[in-house]
Amino acid sequence: MEIFLQQIINGLVQGSVYALVALGYTMVYGILGLINFAHGEVVMIGAMLALSSLTALISWGVPPILAMPFSIGIAVLGSMALGYGIERIAYRPLRHAPRLAPLITAIGVSIVLQNLAMMIWGRQYHSFPQMINNAPHTFGGAIINDIQIIIIFSALAIMGGLMIVVHRTRLGRAMRAVAENQHAAQLMGVDINRVISITFMIGSPGLYLHPSVVRHVDSRQRHALLVPGENQHAAQLMGVDINRVISITFMIGSALAAVAGVMISANYGLAHYYMGFILGLKAFTAAVLGGIGNLRGAMFGGLLLGLIESLGAGYIGDLTGGFLGSNYQDVFAFFVLIAVLVFRPAGLFGERLAERA
Amino acid sequence: MLFHFARLLLLGIFVLVLSGCEKPATTGQKDSGDLVVRIGASAPLTGPQAHLGKDNENGTRMAIDDANSKGIVIGGRKVHFELISEDDQADPKTATIVAQKLVDNKVSGVIGHLNSGTSIPAAKIYSDNGIPQISPSATAVAYTAQGFKTAFRVMANDAQQGRVLGEYAAKNLGAKNIAVIDDRTAYGQGLADEFIKAAQANGAQIVAHEYTNDKAMDFTSVLTVVKGKKPDLLFYGGMDAQGGPMAKQLKALALKMKFMTGDGGYTPEFIKLAGDAAEGVYASLPGVPLDKMPGGKEFEKRFVAKYQPIQLYAPYCYDAVNVMIAAMQKADSVEPAKYLSALAGISYDGVTAKIQFDEKGDLKGGAITVYQVKSGKWQPLETLGAITTAAR
Repeated sequence: MEIFLQQIINGLVQGSVYALVALGYTMVYGILGLINFAHGEVVMIGAMLALSSLTALISWGVPPILAMPFSIGIAVLGSMALGYGIERIAYRPLRHAPRLAPLITAIGVSIVLQNLAMMIWGRQYHSFPQMINNAPHTFGGAIINDIQIIIIFSALAIMGGLMIVVHRTRLGRAMRAVAENQHAAQLMGVDINRVISITFMIGSPGLYLHPSVVRHVDSRQRHALLVPGENQHAAQLMGVDINRVISITFMIGSALAAVAGVMISANYGLAHYYMGFILGLKAFTAAVLGGIGNLRGAMFGGLLLGLIESLGAGYIGDLTGGFLGSNYQDVFAFFVLIAVLVFRPAGLFGERLAERA
Repeated sequence: MLFHFARLLLLGIFVLVLSGCEKPATTGQKDSGDLVVRIGASAPLTGPQAHLGKDNENGTRMAIDDANSKGIVIGGRKVHFELISEDDQADPKTATIVAQKLVDNKVSGVIGHLNSGTSIPAAKIYSDNGIPQISPSATAVAYTAQGFKTAFRVMANDAQQGRVLGEYAAKNLGAKNIAVIDDRTAYGQGLADEFIKAAQANGAQIVAHEYTNDKAMDFTSVLTVVKGKKPDLLFYGGMDAQGGPMAKQLKALALKMKFMTGDGGYTPEFIKLAGDAAEGVYASLPGVPLDKMPGGKEFEKRFVAKYQPIQLYAPYCYDAVNVMIAAMQKADSVEPAKYLSALAGISYDGVTAKIQFDEKGDLKGGAITVYQVKSGKWQPLETLGAITTAAR
């Protein structure tokens, strides 16, 4: 039992990080229909910036309790600037190019960032300074330490914050109103520009979440509203500042990525220029599992993937009588992904949007 | 319009800069009339093992610089050695491409690759083209067991290393129940298999055999499985990039077993990554400790002055180059076909050991040293058996 509990904890820690990174993939996909493969590298840059600023601050004698939030701030701001820059340089000029072109530049940006980081921070592994007293707690026989508790709860808090904004605030209600019927909302005096901009800021796919939106809104209209990249003309006519909206989306996604990067580095105590690649791949998988383009799907997909991985590694050997071992951990995770996609091609929470591939 | 032009220009400059990174292809002659001999080298220069790859490259480069400053004459002509270093990304597929590239560049010999997984498939290409290959660090038995006349190594293999470690764990450390994790690479798996055989032969039980990969960061799930089996020792077959964090996570999960790994973990990086969890960890390295090597102290001093602290295999790379050059001198030719037989029969006093190859290309009489981390440093415990002829 304590082993089972331990695997659940392992999965939740890993899954929270996947979920935060997956949100970045899903937000960008929601507005641009683009898979931003450089997103994993943003996670890495975030971790590296935090590492550098933390090391510098400590050497200047700043107390750790101040240095930690400050360096997280630097990581978040730096990553936001990076996210803005990536979009501006690599994706915006290709906004009207065939879908494949920005995908290739995305992979290109990923490689460039990796090599850039290798030149700046070197090839070696960096040990990430331990800032808080990372005492292990025993919890029903399973062990969890402070950093892991912080990771799980802050990830949940960040995700919960997004949901509350969409569902519980006046702003969220206005957003849903705009999504339902744009003209009517305008007649009612809702400032559409403001609403849409803010929606994108906190993650545009949030609009997909509300069942009534899904049911009532004609998908064509939703495209015009929510996917300026898809139908820029219509959105532009509505007065949306498309470029600004997209930039902000990238920045928010990057901020989440930086937080995730710091979490990973603090948890494993290491940072390396290569750390973002595999993580990005896993988080992308999580986003697809949950239904890419869907905010709730990304959160759920991330946590689910983390749990599948840890339980898969933990029990696959016993379940198959030793025939399959933990070397099939990833196979198991992808098997679940395939099974989900067979029955729900758009992911667990996604809707079918066949024209977007 | 102007903006477009400027962007095009920028792109052009970028492409030029990139292509400038390629080494210009020189012909066999240098301006001064020296005979230019190309030595190929390959190791992962990017990816999780890039720090080890760079260490290998530096060791190789130092040997080549030394040889050039000596003004070696072969076949009546002064020789200028040139290093062509390629990145194989520790990936077997990339390694074959890199090997072909080195062959096409007409190298006279190859120092590499770093990993067993890359050395094994690349060996076929070098063999097909008759180019001698000396791996400084590939320890998988399979590397020289393919029957290629061109494949050599200057380090004891995993059959020797795994056996020593397995025996040491079961006998000297008294481990009864042992868990094993390997990274599914040719090296990690090979070492783990040899370790298991030896541990079982010495009365220990293998209670769990789990797996990870050479890019992983999180091992909590497999370690939790291991925890459930309650072993008194955990062996990891793989490199420091995973071994270090694994030791750390082992401690975070409050697992109180002994931790042991092979030569891939015997690095300063391991201690850095594991933090205080490194204390008490065991690892092994073929050969004798650096300060007991014939030329170890002096090599270290010069290497550190020129580059950075030795990670792992730099002295072996240095020896590999020198053995190759010694064979060229002995045969009085830089032609691979001519100096190959001289290489097979060489006896050379290197920095790491006296280097002689057996009929398979393996190092004769390789010793293995077991180390333990004590107060933040690898300390040699015991140098064990040069029992090379058995269990091949």
